Amino acid sequence: MMSRILTYRELLLAAIIIVLIAVFAYRAPGFASPESLANIFNDTAILIILALGQMAVILTRSIDLSVAANLSFTGMAVAMMNAAYPGIPLPVLILCALAIGAALGAINGFMVWKIGIPAIVATLGTLTVYRGMAFVLSGGAWVNQTQMTPIFLDAPRTSVLGLPVLGWTAILVIALIAVTFTRTVFGRTLYAAGGNPTAALYAGINVGRTRFFAFMLSGALAGLCGYLWVSRYAVAYVDIAAGFELDTVAACVIGGISTLGGIGSVGGAVLGALFLGVIKNALPVINISPFWQMAISGLVIIIAVLFNARQERRKGRLILRDAAKQRPSLVNAQAGGAAA
Amino acid sequence: MSVVQAAHHTLTPLLEMRGISKAFPGVKALDQVDVILYPGTVTALIGENGAGKSTLVKILTGIYQPDGGEILVDGAPVEFGNADAAIRSGITAIHQETVLFDELSVAENIFLGHAPRDRLGLVNWAAMNARAAALLTSIDAPISPYTRLKDLSIAHRHLVAIARALSVEARVVIMDEPTAALSYKEVEDLFRIIERLKKQGKAILFISHKFEEVYEIAEHFVVFRDGRSIGSGLLSQTGQDEIVRMMVGRSVEHVFPKVDVTIGNTVLKVSGYSHPTEFDNISFDLHRGEILGLYGLVGAGRSELCQALFGITRPSAGMVELEGRPIALHSPRDAIAAGIVYVPEERGRHGVVLQMPIFQNISMATLGKTTRAGFLRQAEEFALARRYAERLDLRAAALSVPVGTLSGGNQQKVVVGKWLATRPKVIILDEPTKGIDIGSKAAVHAFMSELASEGLSVIMVSSELPEILGMSDRVLVMREGRMAGTWRRDELDAETLVRAATGNV
Ligand SMILES: Nc1ncnc2c1ncn2[C@@H]1O[C@H](COP(=O)(O)OP(=O)(O)OP(=O)(O)O)[C@@H](O)[C@H]1O
Ligand SMILES: [Mg+2]
Repeated sequence: MMSRILTYRELLLAAIIIVLIAVFAYRAPGFASPESLANIFNDTAILIILALGQMAVILTRSIDLSVAANLSFTGMAVAMMNAAYPGIPLPVLILCALAIGAALGAINGFMVWKIGIPAIVATLGTLTVYRGMAFVLSGGAWVNQTQMTPIFLDAPRTSVLGLPVLGWTAILVIALIAVTFTRTVFGRTLYAAGGNPTAALYAGINVGRTRFFAFMLSGALAGLCGYLWVSRYAVAYVDIAAGFELDTVAACVIGGISTLGGIGSVGGAVLGALFLGVIKNALPVINISPFWQMAISGLVIIIAVLFNARQERRKGRLILRDAAKQRPSLVNAQAGGAAA
Repeated sequence: MSVVQAAHHTLTPLLEMRGISKAFPGVKALDQVDVILYPGTVTALIGENGAGKSTLVKILTGIYQPDGGEILVDGAPVEFGNADAAIRSGITAIHQETVLFDELSVAENIFLGHAPRDRLGLVNWAAMNARAAALLTSIDAPISPYTRLKDLSIAHRHLVAIARALSVEARVVIMDEPTAALSYKEVEDLFRIIERLKKQGKAILFISHKFEEVYEIAEHFVVFRDGRSIGSGLLSQTGQDEIVRMMVGRSVEHVFPKVDVTIGNTVLKVSGYSHPTEFDNISFDLHRGEILGLYGLVGAGRSELCQALFGITRPSAGMVELEGRPIALHSPRDAIAAGIVYVPEERGRHGVVLQMPIFQNISMATLGKTTRAGFLRQAEEFALARRYAERLDLRAAALSVPVGTLSGGNQQKVVVGKWLATRPKVIILDEPTKGIDIGSKAAVHAFMSELASEGLSVIMVSSELPEILGMSDRVLVMREGRMAGTWRRDELDAETLVRAATGNV
């Protein structure tokens, strides 16, 4: 969000993604075609949305391990509602998904805020609990394509200007979150509460409540993704998106969201998710086995973390071109670069 | 230079830094500076905020690597690739922003990183605690090595930091503003320690913005300005005015520009305020336009009283009335809403978010004023930040750089600016000029006076007698958590206050 290093980092990440695409396109012509790229983006849309929710939580020095379980429960719930009452209009179902997700997120937030359970412990617990709830709700049964209404299934796939609505949803969420994080009081308090909780408290910011809302946001986005996921894959069962919470954390880490809180940008998280998306889509194209895909993804995450650590270390050893102004005076600080 | 060499033709330098340079993005922190330290001698390093003093300390202790220049120990060139290398060459430091660990014991804090080992390579706890106890005794610190750090007062934490610096076999001891926010008594204790180190032949580099201390303890001085060494010599042959001129390039007047203000009605009334462990039965009135000095030794409970008034800790008894109405203070939010703000003493922990840009730190407590319907208006945030930065003479490459890249004194100005920006009714300033150089100090004091004349009421905690005497309309002295008395401006004199603070009547 703030220092030059981060924007530099984002540029670098974007460059790496472009180079990767170019390399893959060399091996598999057509990989870089507009349709293929739109497809990759669409394929990564859910990860992007979840990563942004995860980012809000990580900014406040917490972590949400229950996003995938939340997605699974909410997806199951709306799928069953759709199957049982086909008459409920889709917007209502989507609102339900957001609300259920937000409620599950609020449970996490409440435990962290009011009971004082560490986030990692609280959400590790609800990870199991929410999956269990999905099982109890469905009795272990699947909701199949045939049981869901056509509109429920088709809405996210409808193509607008060459990109399915699912992809557009991600773009909308990115825009909303970017504005929220950089331009609203809530966004600022996320950074302050994570950057230095004590100083934030002294400044009159309620750190616990900020965390609570971060969890709720993450939950609401997970709920939305519950619907998107079920409709995209046209099936709902207990184990959907198993382990996906780790992908969201990985996207954030690759994107430079500091797990120590208070540092990171929306652009970084999105690029981190896209990076994983490109890898995931490209490896099968160039015939690399799924086992290797996982190993390579893992390796990339480790490299990203190392890169992060190196960046931190290099701070203060950067060599200056030349201080043109002989004294650091209050230059008219431009608004640019500040909140980018 | 020649003066020093003349005076020391018999002494060989213990440590020499020649032509040291260090640049950060946008700032040349050090530009070819020279510093020489002699055994058994205290050298004072003097300079404005951001002059490069702490950067030099970090280079000497291996935390930063210089871009150019050389360091000689006993005439032989050395290089410190990391902090460990510097320690092995016998250089140790008490840093300006000391990092100690709340959850660890005093002994663990002292020996972190170089704990005594047994034959198996495991930490030898018995030896560590024994050596810690010995060290603490040697500096007259009444602290048990087993205590957890978080249970210590600020003054005692400070002693732990000193013990930590002395726990390695050092020949060069660096102290970066060790006396900021210490009251004269702790300063005396510290000076006794320094005298002892001197007798042991150690070379000491002493950094302070307080001239009385510099003249009392140091023999040599080096002045930095904007990252360059401007002058050096013997303090016995150089007047304070001359040094100030070297420092800021002009002479500074009116360090305490107190303007007389007509004191108005009672704004804040505190009665019978008590805390289970920190303070007892404190009562006072604060009037419109008044500056109330809060004096006492470090650990007298002044900060704790202020924290309770800001809703951070809960008092066990007593009442606070603001403009005649009792108010409940359960959180800083309540206090800010009521118009009471607190500028905390520990800026690193309570004051700033280091990775956030300056302008966002300054607007942090006033987000309501720079927003519309929950949306931030960046232009206004910048305008606000620029206004206070200019008033307080904040030196930074831009308002959008992270606060963590500022020098200690400039960080302090960010903290003060943040709270002044809230335009409160009552402002509690806890050591407001801690670590601020004399030129900027005058700016802060002038600003304080101006705010008071506009009707703001100020409670100023300070351990610096001249500041208390110069700025206060009234002084309340606390001793061991209790009120030792209050004095009006016309009744004030240094001796009375010191007696009241120490209890030596
Ligand atoms: N890590 C850093 N990154 C960028 N700039 C830095 C960094 N550390 C210091 N600076 C800059 O280097 C200059 C010198 O800072 P330094 O901390 O050495 O000052 P100082 O003399 O110790 O001041 P003070 O009296 O306020 O403690 C300042 O302009 C500061 O902003
Ligand atoms: Mg300094």
